[in-house]
Amino acid sequence: MNTAKFTVSALAIVAASATAAAARDNIQTAGSSTVLPYATIVAESFGENFDFPTPVVESGGSGAGRKKLCEGVGENTIDIANSSSRISQSDIDTCAQNGVTEIMEVRIGYDGIVFASDIEGPDFAFTPADWFNALAKDIVVDGEVKANDNASWSDVNGDLPDQQILAFVPGTKHGTREVFDEKVILAGCEESGAMEVFAEQNGGDEDKAEEMCTSLRTDGVSVDIDGDYTETLARIDANKNAIGVFGLSFYENNTDKLKVATMSGINPSTETIASGEYPVSRPLYFYVKNAHLDVIPGLQEYIEFFVSDDMAGPDGPLANYGLVSDPELAATQEMVANRTPMGPLDE
Amino acid sequence: MTDATAQNTPAPSGKSLLSLDQRTRRRNASERRFRLYGAVAICLSIAALVMLLTSVIGNGASAFFQTYAKIELTLDPAELDPEGNRNPDEMGKVTTLRYGNLMKAAFPASLQAAGISTEGISDTEIGDMLSKEAPAQLRDRVLSDPDMLGESVEFWALANGRIDGYIKGRVSMASAERDSNVSPAQLQLADRMREAGLLTTRFNWDFITFPDASELRPEAAGLGVAIVGSAYMMLIVLFLALPIGVAASIYLEEFAPQNRFTDLIEVNISNLAAVPSIVFGILGLAVFINYAGLPASAPIVGGLVLTLMTLPTIIISTRAALKAVPPSIRSAALGVGASKMQTVFHHVLPLAMPGILTGTILGLAQALGETAPLLLIGMVAFVRDYPSWPIDGFFDPASALPVQVYNFTTRGDPAFVERASGAIIVLLVFLLCMNLLAIYLRRKFERRW
Repeated sequence: MNTAKFTVSALAIVAASATAAAARDNIQTAGSSTVLPYATIVAESFGENFDFPTPVVESGGSGAGRKKLCEGVGENTIDIANSSSRISQSDIDTCAQNGVTEIMEVRIGYDGIVFASDIEGPDFAFTPADWFNALAKDIVVDGEVKANDNASWSDVNGDLPDQQILAFVPGTKHGTREVFDEKVILAGCEESGAMEVFAEQNGGDEDKAEEMCTSLRTDGVSVDIDGDYTETLARIDANKNAIGVFGLSFYENNTDKLKVATMSGINPSTETIASGEYPVSRPLYFYVKNAHLDVIPGLQEYIEFFVSDDMAGPDGPLANYGLVSDPELAATQEMVANRTPMGPLDE
Repeated sequence: MTDATAQNTPAPSGKSLLSLDQRTRRRNASERRFRLYGAVAICLSIAALVMLLTSVIGNGASAFFQTYAKIELTLDPAELDPEGNRNPDEMGKVTTLRYGNLMKAAFPASLQAAGISTEGISDTEIGDMLSKEAPAQLRDRVLSDPDMLGESVEFWALANGRIDGYIKGRVSMASAERDSNVSPAQLQLADRMREAGLLTTRFNWDFITFPDASELRPEAAGLGVAIVGSAYMMLIVLFLALPIGVAASIYLEEFAPQNRFTDLIEVNISNLAAVPSIVFGILGLAVFINYAGLPASAPIVGGLVLTLMTLPTIIISTRAALKAVPPSIRSAALGVGASKMQTVFHHVLPLAMPGILTGTILGLAQALGETAPLLLIGMVAFVRDYPSWPIDGFFDPASALPVQVYNFTTRGDPAFVERASGAIIVLLVFLLCMNLLAIYLRRKFERRW
């Protein structure tokens, strides 16, 4: 009877699934979509040149990756979390609760965040204050707090072109947004002196003032993009007046369609970011579960390969793709070789 | 009938049956209107379909062709086999980086030897015209046949994605000037190479068979792992959902008593069919990965999740097929002394088979295109190693076709746009094949009475 045969095969599969759950021989990583391209480049070369299987790289966001890392120790949990922002104390606490006590923090380099518009449009030279005055919900004019009603970039700063303000900024689930808020909007808030006025208004409460600084307009001028940079690019294509926030590597792959703006007079490039001149950049990390180091074959080799000069060095393929090489790479290499777990967070 | 007007008939003073009265005209008009609405609806859906297909095929057809550049190089044994013993294990220590340098160094010389001018363009730029996948392919060839060392070999290497884009018309001289990854000089050289026959475009089987590739080498990205992963999941769904679904339907339809409990089951099955698929993904993560300890990113988990998703569809269509078998068949079988089970398995089930198969294949087709539940069980990932043969292969990491489409669309390099559309074409071809199979099976086994 056909049905009987089917049922037997089905049962066989289910039975097999109960026994074969052991022994994973490939590395599993998850996390930031900003780190994803770098991780795939390394994984690809690793699979090619070593006798280990190619690591599986999942995206899903920095937070989600760290959460998965902290789920526990064992073969059905991931080995590495890629992250575009630093691990938080609450993540470390969750990890500790679930038995993940030793985590190695590996900084792979720096990533720049750039502001770019359609290639045919005018040139822009921004300062953080311009962005604050263009996008913040409340701004300070002549010492008075008032709702932001700037419509054109020239309203914000006479030196900027007379173009309607429309900005595509990363949605709040992106690690990029955090950096944008902190290094552009908040910096602009302080630079323009609005921070002091906000603090005064709130009786000296600086947290409240920071919150006021970073709350953006909701009248359609600032658009959150929850998708990837490809979505931002498509939106700019459809709306030539808009300015988008991109990662440096994405911009460098699309220089034929996008024109990049300077920030505080500095043109973003791997050099200006490495030297610290270009202000909007952030470190990229991955976090390794030390307990897996001798269990998952190839894990130690993979992380050593990731931070090797061949990969993450200034002339390596990662730098080629847009990663700003870490000047302290040698220290990272040594740390990885010694498997030094990260200490408590400084802050 | 509408033009049936009264001709040559003496018009009686009253109403003629042949002349249309007000009401008939209204009814006729409303019928014409209804037909028009229907025609408009069909035209709209055809227009939408044509738009979708033109956009997908227009963008994606080029993914099935790829540009290759011919390179002649001498495989220097001192570089590639420093130990000098032709032992593939030891030669494996030579990385693709060194092969890459070798190729880059040999490429300009190889062009000059073919009589192509390389003036005004640096050797690095010439080397960059080759794909970063090419050294890996060369290395694989050398490792599988170490005797090649020391000889001069001819090698058709993948060209860089930008050069490929130029040949396909995606990159132009004007865009190259602004592009930091390609220069007009490189494109001019590509033109000269094409005239000399050193650069050709041919059908790209690699797009079907190669695994995914990183953003540095879009030209080498393929669907191999995704196709295998999807096929494995479909196998699992078929072998689990079909027997379970058919058994459940037969019991509910032919044996189960009609009471509140079976009513409750029925309502729940209909409800399950309408549950958003992501819910099954959450269930899969909680039950199969976290509780049962199955590996993440593996087709077994994907298959189990999709089985749960497809079951209600199969049960509903199977029950409909069983219901459609005339009761006279059952009565006749029971009348000649068959047992209930014999009636079902010898008479009812064979007659219901076409309906069951159609329902199953349509359920499978729906499962094939599903991405949302796979997101949660780790299958939306970069996977480069092919899973091994079943059943072990069910537990290896794999990707899936719709996932690959999604992955390609999130990449930064513009060359991935054509690959995303190309992947959609492959997915559509798969769906078309499954639907054709469903139609064929229905026609073949259909019995009329």
